[in-house]
Amino acid sequence: MRKASIKPLQFIFEAAVLACLFTLVQYAINSNIINQYYQINLASICINIILAVSLNLINGFTGQLSLGHAGFMAVGAYAAAVMTTSLNQPFVFGIMAACLAAALAGLIIGVPTLRLKGDYLAIATLGFGEIIRVVLQNIDYIGGPAGIQGIPVYTNWPWLFGSSVLTIVVIVNIINSSYGRAIISVREDEVASELMGINTTRYKVLAFVIGALLAGLAGALYAHYFYIIKPDNFNFLKSFDILVMVVLGGLGSTTGAVIAAIFITVLTAVLQSFPAIRMILYALILVIVMIYRPQGLMGNKEWGRKTWGRIWGGKNGPSANK
Amino acid sequence: MQEFMQQMINGLSLGAIYALIALGYTMVYGIIMLINFAHGDIMMVGAYVGFFSIAVLGSNIIAALLFAMLSCAALGVIIEKIAYKPLRNSTRIAALITAIGVSLLLEYVTIFFLTPDQRVFPESAFPLHNYEIAGLVISNKDIFIFVLAILLMLILQYIIKKTRTGKAMRAVSQDPEAAILMGISVDKIISVTFAIGSALAAAAGVMIGLYYNTINPLMGIIPGLKAFVAAVLGGIGIIPGAMVGGFLMGILETMVSGYGSSLYRDAVAFGVLILILLIKPTGLFGKNTGEKV
Repeated sequence: MRKASIKPLQFIFEAAVLACLFTLVQYAINSNIINQYYQINLASICINIILAVSLNLINGFTGQLSLGHAGFMAVGAYAAAVMTTSLNQPFVFGIMAACLAAALAGLIIGVPTLRLKGDYLAIATLGFGEIIRVVLQNIDYIGGPAGIQGIPVYTNWPWLFGSSVLTIVVIVNIINSSYGRAIISVREDEVASELMGINTTRYKVLAFVIGALLAGLAGALYAHYFYIIKPDNFNFLKSFDILVMVVLGGLGSTTGAVIAAIFITVLTAVLQSFPAIRMILYALILVIVMIYRPQGLMGNKEWGRKTWGRIWGGKNGPSANK
Repeated sequence: MQEFMQQMINGLSLGAIYALIALGYTMVYGIIMLINFAHGDIMMVGAYVGFFSIAVLGSNIIAALLFAMLSCAALGVIIEKIAYKPLRNSTRIAALITAIGVSLLLEYVTIFFLTPDQRVFPESAFPLHNYEIAGLVISNKDIFIFVLAILLMLILQYIIKKTRTGKAMRAVSQDPEAAILMGISVDKIISVTFAIGSALAAAAGVMIGLYYNTINPLMGIIPGLKAFVAAVLGGIGIIPGAMVGGFLMGILETMVSGYGSSLYRDAVAFGVLILILLIKPTGLFGKNTGEKV
């Protein structure tokens, strides 16, 4: 594992590429080259990137299978919506509330459940995700099963783009830091990393809380783009959706998670009128990827470095290959 | 008191169903350490097979039950051979994700071919009679489900304790490698385990059709998860534990919906799961084993 060194030139280049991408898309939106339909899909792509990349931190890098990601997204969405609709606060406060609430939920759920391992953890997080949904359904203040309607549409391209980039940068930097190495060592061999003096529970909870926080951010963006949220939007099928992206992209590959999030969102949009076929495809993806390519699309080291190495420099290399 | 006894009776038949599903989870887990997420959906397929053999072929309930059990046993074996067998040596997370995939596949293939609509289980298959004993209402359905479930559990106990196959199953669950050295075909035993577990799930599926009167392609998810909780409650991998856990879950659930809010019914199951996992992860009947390195 080599340390990522950020050369100034490389940094300027990356920032320039991102700025160009941002401006181009903003221009295309303003001049209606990207029409309403594509804008919705663009928003979904950004939100799904945040969700997939953050879940990948928990499932892929830390190796703790969590099936409750939609629950954290729900907490974020509701917290932000309550802030902006009932309390009439600006969007920034809504987003801050969403992140805090989701991180808190992640902490409350993570501390007890992360003592569990493997399949038990998966079921417990699935259970907590469902409990969050049932609790939301039973609180009248936030609309019960009908949810919250008429949320102001604050989410726009700068917010979406900024949040996605921020998420990716945060995750990549965490993975390349000493925290990241500790987190990965927990995945590789928990007992060995404990013997090396790593407080495994602490790092697992840390990854879980950061993942939850970012899911909350995605939830806030979702609520303020689609202006209507209800508990059923965040059931465990939504968690499975995110899981499909992470698995397809490769457990432990941020680039993979981004690519898979884009691919799955586009696939969803294309197959919108055939929901059953879409789910059958998801199911087949899960089974076939696990049987024939358990490391996912981007699990392959060579491909990851060659294609992305030039753009990202050394930055994404180590993260894509543990 | 009377209401309590009534809830108890309602809970017993629901618990019997959960116990049957939980047995499949526990048997598979005992042998290959896999939470077969698709188990609840095998139960759903069983319910549909039962439904079609009654509604289309006009068979009686017993024939429908047997037909459902046989076809689901075959389905279970096929799923094991295609999806789980290639992953036997990979990580548990990979196997679990595959199981989730198989579960989604069964659900949405059913939706694709049979529409997501609810179907009403034919009333004619089992005309309802209510008996009143000491002020308690007991329906013949409750009795049928309860007796049949107990019968199936006794048969299972016989197979596991008295037959050669059962002995081999116990051997594989204790130590697969030693079992191979003793000349047991582990592949065959795993197939048999899947067949038996799936057949029990199919029986439970038909019973759920009788119990709730309606079936739909996603009906397997929640009972499947609850049965899993039941299996963990009793101690996963332990067969008597699954039976006791199933009954406890059924009674608890009817009590919660009877006395509390039925909206929280599903949350309670998960609450129970998390409590057990935190307090006694090996379950009620489990023994503590140290972590192996």
